[in-house]
Order: sequence, then C-alpha cells, then structure tokens
Amino acid sequence: MSILLDRDSRVVVQGITGKMARFHTREMIDYGTRVVAGVVPGKRGDEVEGVPVFDTMKDAVEQSGARASLVFVPPPFAADAIMEAADAGIRYCVCITDGIPAQDMIRVKRYMRRYPKENRMVLTGPNCAGTISPGKAMLGIMPAHIYEQGPVGIIGRSGTLGYEAAAQLKELGIGVSTSIGIGGDPINGSSFKDMLVRFEEDDETEIIAMIGEIGGPQEAEAAEYIREHVSKPVVAYVAGLTAPKGKTMGHAGAIISAFGESASEKVEILTAAGVSVADHPASIGSTIARVMGKAAA
Amino acid sequence: MDIHEYQAKEILSNFGVAVPPGALAYSPEQAAYRARELGGSKWIVKAQVHAGGRGKVGGVKLCESDDEIQEACEGLFGRKLVTHQTGPEGKGIYRIYVESAVPIEREIYLGLVLDRTSQRVMIVASSEGGMEIEDISQKRPDSIVRSTVEPAVGLQDFQAREIAFKLGIAPSMTARMVGTLQGCYRAFTDLDATMVEINPLVITGDDRILALDAKMSFDDNALFRHPQVSELRDKSQEDPRESRAADRGLSYVGLEGNIGCIVNGAGLAMATMDTIKLAGGEPANFLDIGGGATPERVAKAFRLVLSDDSVQAVLVNIFAGINRCDWVAEGVVAALKEIDIDIPVIVRLAGTNVEEGQKILARSGLPIIRANNLMEAAERAVEAWRNDGEQSSQARSEK
Repeated sequence: MSILLDRDSRVVVQGITGKMARFHTREMIDYGTRVVAGVVPGKRGDEVEGVPVFDTMKDAVEQSGARASLVFVPPPFAADAIMEAADAGIRYCVCITDGIPAQDMIRVKRYMRRYPKENRMVLTGPNCAGTISPGKAMLGIMPAHIYEQGPVGIIGRSGTLGYEAAAQLKELGIGVSTSIGIGGDPINGSSFKDMLVRFEEDDETEIIAMIGEIGGPQEAEAAEYIREHVSKPVVAYVAGLTAPKGKTMGHAGAIISAFGESASEKVEILTAAGVSVADHPASIGSTIARVMGKAAA
Repeated sequence: MDIHEYQAKEILSNFGVAVPPGALAYSPEQAAYRARELGGSKWIVKAQVHAGGRGKVGGVKLCESDDEIQEACEGLFGRKLVTHQTGPEGKGIYRIYVESAVPIEREIYLGLVLDRTSQRVMIVASSEGGMEIEDISQKRPDSIVRSTVEPAVGLQDFQAREIAFKLGIAPSMTARMVGTLQGCYRAFTDLDATMVEINPLVITGDDRILALDAKMSFDDNALFRHPQVSELRDKSQEDPRESRAADRGLSYVGLEGNIGCIVNGAGLAMATMDTIKLAGGEPANFLDIGGGATPERVAKAFRLVLSDDSVQAVLVNIFAGINRCDWVAEGVVAALKEIDIDIPVIVRLAGTNVEEGQKILARSGLPIIRANNLMEAAERAVEAWRNDGEQSSQARSEK
C-alpha cells in the first residue's frame, strides 16, 4: 500500500466540466485511477467521460463512496471547494488551481482543523501537479509515462522540475514509489515535513528526494525533522541559486524575503542535516543513484 | 503589488489609523501651494517611490518656507531615486507628498506580515522604531514583540494590549494603540494585503499616535476582488519589461546576464538559470511561460526576451508533459520564422514525443542548436554566446 493513494482509491473531480479537468479526467481513467464522480454546482445529471456529475460534494461522496478529490475549480472559488471536500468526508485532496488568494488558504487551513486529527483531510497543493503512485493511481496532471515503479519517494514544490527529476530517474532505470507535489504557494496544505513523515513510514519507499526552491521556511523545517526522525537516506535539490532577493520568481511563494530563504542557505542547512544535495538540476538523478548504491553496499 | 506611501496612509486612515495632515503634488508649485493649504511653518517633502530607505539618500526633506519647498521639489521631480531597495537603476520621482511636521517623542516599529511558519498573519513590533527591521533584529532582537492572529476570530483586544504594554506605551494611551493595531489588522485582512509596515509609528508630544511612514503590499492573486486597490498600481515604479510581461500573462524577472531563458514552469526556470551559471554563463532573465507552452506564448516570450538589448543568446527549455514535444517544436519554429533573430538559439525539449520534436527542429532549416539534456543545453548556450561574441568583435575589428 503506497501513501495517500492506491489502486482502490475512489476519486471525485471538483470542477470536472472545465476543459482542463475533462482532459485530465480522461488521462487519469486511462492510467487506471478510479474516477467515480464529478462535482459542479448546478450540473447534476451531466456526465463527463462517463463519470456522473453531482451538485454537491456530500451527494458525490454519498453516492460514489469517493474518499479522494482533485480540485480544478478556478481561483476565486477554489478555497470554498476544498472546504466542501473536507466537510464531505474526503480524506485526501489535491488542489491543482494556481492563483488562490493567500488569505483564502489561511481560512482553509483553519477550517480543516475543526475536524479531529483522525478524521482530518490531508491536502496537498494548491498550485501543484498532483500525486502519482506509479502502476497504481494518479491524482494530478503529470505525464504519467515518465514515472516508473520503484523505491524513490519524491516531494517537490515545482511541477516541471519534478518531471525533470522523474525523467532523469527513468533514464537511469530507477523508479518511484510515490511522487507528491506540495505546490508553489506561500500557504500550502502540506509541507515537506508532513510528507517526510509519511515516506519514513512507507514500506515501499527506500529513499526520499526533496525538490525545493527559494522562499519560505519549509526546507529548513524539513532539515530539522530529518536530523531527528528520518532514518531513510534523503537527497535534495534547491532551485534558485541565481535568483535575486525580494523578487517573486513565478511561484507566489518563491521569493527570498528573510534570512535562511535563499537557495544557498537552504543547501547549507540541508547538508548540515545529513542530506545529500545535488549541486545542479541535471544531477538530481545521478545523486539519487549514487546514494542508493551506497545504501545497498 | 506595491503602492505609494500616501496611498497606504489614505487606506489606513480609513481604517482608523491616525496620520499627519498631508497632500499630494505633481509639481514644485503645487507642492508649495499644498503646504500653504496645510498651514503651519514646518513641512516634510517626501518623494513617492516604491522603495524604503528614501531618507538616507535625500528623498525626504524638512522645509520651513515656500522657497525651500520649491527648491527641494525641483531637486526631486523627474530624478531617479536610488536606495538600497531600488537596485542600481533607481525609481523615478513623479509624485511628492507634502506633510505637516509633527513633534516626535518616541518612534515605534510596527509591521504585519503573512508568516509562513505559522501560516497566519503575524504582528511584529519594536520599541526601536526608525531603524529597519533587519537592523533591529540584529542590534536589538530583545526589543521585538511578535503575536500571531487566530484567523477564525481575528485580532483580539487583549493581544493588542499585550503588544502596547510590551512596547512601554503609557496606560493613558493603550486604547489608542489598540485602535491603531486593530485598524491595521482590518485593513490587512479586508483588502488582502501581504504586508503593512508603519516605520516609524510615532508618539507625539501631545499624546497622539501617528503613522509617520506607511507601506502596504497586496496579494496579486486577490486583486480580482479589490478593484479599488488594483487602480493604485503605478507602472512608472515597475521594471518596464516586467510590466509588459505581466500584461501578457507571463512571469518575467530581468537579471544582469546575457543568456535569455524561455522555460515552462517556475521551478524549472530557476533550475535552468542555475545551470547556465554553473556552465560559466549568466542568465539574462527568469521567464516562466506556464504549463501550456502554446506557439503564441512561445512567440510572445521570444519578443519579450529579445527586447533586452544585452541578450546575446536564447536558451529554450521546455518539458512537455501534457503538450507533446512535436507541438511545442512547431511553435518554436513558427515563432522563429516570424521573428527575425540574429543571435544563437538553443532548444532543449524533453518529455512526450521528444524524437518527433527534434525532427521538426532539424527539418525547419533554421539555425537552431539542439540539446538533449539540461546540462548540455546550458553548455551549448554558453559556448554559442562566447563564439558569437568573438565573431562580432572580430567583425568589428575587420571593419
């Protein structure tokens, strides 16, 4: 059983009638993901790629037994959609939407805390490519064919840079247990640390790769956690060594605004915690291969 | 998005934060007239630019007569103010704020930020106002008071009182300080700010609490619901290339180097810049054209990158996930045929249908330098830029 997702995970797609959502619903079904429902308020009775559409998340969950959701809802309404998922009993939600106001996400995080920990929904994203457990299920928009099944757990803030890493691994014949996008926003559902906890417990994961970037405290927080609690080898790469201070680099959260938020400082902090840091993006795969070789020997 | 000091003060005063009397001017004559309207005998003339540190470089001046105001303004209008926050190119002064001078007893630092550790709004205050917060945290870290706000119920009065007492504000003025803090918090949350900074917040000889300076930044993702805030955007304060890119839905940041970058995805774009540096070059820009990488976007991106005269080679790095490489390659070819480019273009494609994409690039007959991976792309870009540079200097010397 991989983390967060499995072959049997029943999935509802929120905002399923949009062009992008339709396309990726098809891709997910073709991959073998059990997409069982869609939700768009006012579109009850419609069908998308053979998937029935409901007005509310409660209806969708009740009738389809879905426990996971994927949010494609536009930014002004996305926070509301995530809270609706949490309230309907969804256990794992991935939000793809880019451009959600930060204060909406603060409210989402506060709202999720009203459920006791054992019933609390896990959220990854927003502004991410999603999660894939190769050979099992895909909850996201990534090109599935670049992921082979294997022992590497990937956690990343960036979509295409994550693809870059997966493609390098495939080239070296190394597979992935689960790849999770935590997204590029300043207020996100899950941090590196939250996902490290899961990979550390996951039997299918032998080595963990973290793909970070400038801005925010989450790489440093992860480093501290790794030092104390992670027994599996961790490899990292941090993008943005050449990024100037005080400028937002595409992702709303990629901005160096405080001490410890630059790429070089993060590399230093991670290295001090025993993490093997790839010194450039083209060597993420080879660094993982080298560390795996050492672990095997 | 950033706004000017006078705009932040107007917003904050609408939320109950007291500010000194002041008025805006677009010319030295208007500034003198505004001062007469305000009355009194001492005024502060303040250059309105989107950057801190104005006082240290002559952007803020105390004046005591009409003539002094005119003279100060003549020295400021139209000039570029260079502070430690503007970068070497500085920011143009087109507006001046004239404010009545007030007798200052104490200076306090007050800031509200989105704290990414607690994922909440945090209030940061210090009794050492007037200094920048980075300096305060180095020189007087013990003077800093922090308080995070529970988003479900907002800032509570007791939290505001705690801050006031820790700052050593007299009991007779606690209520006024609580009002100031509540006003700042409401402005922050009601308008989707990402930062409110009042430095200094001053206590006057006659027991008033006034925001002497004010800065506000807003969440770009929330501007759709605050048209009155969007209207405050001042393009004269932005890097023109960045404004142009933003208007076209592209995310661009200009840098000092000469290898232009066109990449899909923010993380990959930063990684591409880093690889160029590692290969011995300097990136000219950050540019994320988004996941789609449609031919139109690629064409727009080329025009934008080439509008920077220092660009001597362009590196295109696209990881086609959902979009196939053959389609992206067609877009690159179409863009290059449409735009006349006389500098080396290096293209690296990866992902779905990469072989097809490479064939399209090869068949196009265009002088595109192809690369198979990121490192090779960066190395070829640096090499091409060096060779090209030598050729053009040879060409010059032959003339």
